[in-house]
Amino acid sequence: MSTSQTTTTEHHPALSHQFDSMEQQQDASTFGMWVFLLTEIMMFGGLFTAYLIYRIKYYPAFVAGSTSISVSWGFANTLVLIGSSFTMAMAVWSAQTGRRKGQVWFLIGTMILGAAFLGVKAKEYYDKWDECHIPGHIIGKGFNTWGGCSASDKSLGNIAEEIRDPEHGGNPKTPEVAAQQTAQQTEIFFSFYFAMTGLHAFHMIIGLGLLAWLLLRARSGEFGPSYYTPVELGGLYWHFVDIVWIFLFPLLYLISRHQHGV
Amino acid sequence: MAQNSEHEQHSHPTPGLYLVILTALVIGTCATWAIAFLDLGIFNPVVALTIAVIKAVLVILFFMHVYYSSKLTKLTVAAGFFWLLIMITMSLSDYLTRAFLPQ
Repeated sequence: MSTSQTTTTEHHPALSHQFDSMEQQQDASTFGMWVFLLTEIMMFGGLFTAYLIYRIKYYPAFVAGSTSISVSWGFANTLVLIGSSFTMAMAVWSAQTGRRKGQVWFLIGTMILGAAFLGVKAKEYYDKWDECHIPGHIIGKGFNTWGGCSASDKSLGNIAEEIRDPEHGGNPKTPEVAAQQTAQQTEIFFSFYFAMTGLHAFHMIIGLGLLAWLLLRARSGEFGPSYYTPVELGGLYWHFVDIVWIFLFPLLYLISRHQHGV
Repeated sequence: MAQNSEHEQHSHPTPGLYLVILTALVIGTCATWAIAFLDLGIFNPVVALTIAVIKAVLVILFFMHVYYSSKLTKLTVAAGFFWLLIMITMSLSDYLTRAFLPQ
């Protein structure tokens, strides 16, 4: 208490009362952010684990589902997201070194790349809609007919075609039953596809909101070498979302591609 | 203050390093994409995931500054991924060995 008078007159405006110094505050914030990210790792980890179990169990169906999504768009989106991680890292560096314009422009660049990623994702989702690959479309007579899809549509036909081929793990003796089963299992693949990329895209949307908030604060010159914790933590979040995609891309897009081409 | 900022320059990565990491990540992504079209049998997913792990480690160490962070942060990050590995290996070792048991 005796020293509080001197510190209140001198301390940095961003220093909260419960911390002794800016360094201590930043260490505590970084630690807290990482603990939050660990809970995120476990949330996505549960999905990844379930995905791996079903992928091993229903491998031919997962090949059929995976090869129906566009590897070129997924590849392009991976590059876009990696680029956005680079611009985010540069935004943090600009804040650390007190470059206000650098922060603003790198944050804007990160937001543009993030929005481009979501745009491509929307296009991919629309293609899946168009091909009647939304779970609920593939199986069941008229169970789900929105979007002009029904059980007799091309999606089931394509997948049934592949399954009749014993090379893809199909059972040539009972093609209809095998095709029906694999179509159902392919729906499980698409359920994972939409759940995992959807949760990832949801994180991207939240990330864009965080970036907009950081952009406003960076523009007013709030961050500099002595205080840039919010930019640093926003960066941690953005990079984490990038890492999730680094694993989603090979797992969802690249199953047995050599047999099927682009 | 001057000494402090000099110290910070040593303990933080520079744009040059970020460019090197970006290049490595782009090369890794292109390699993942190209290798996916080669028939490596069982090693296709192994190679793809190995490259993904390397990319993730580069992002964590340098973009996320864990390489430059306190021991507490390093331990926290390591503990998180260790726990994730426990979840994946123990779940898979259950599901993958069920067929071994007599019915």
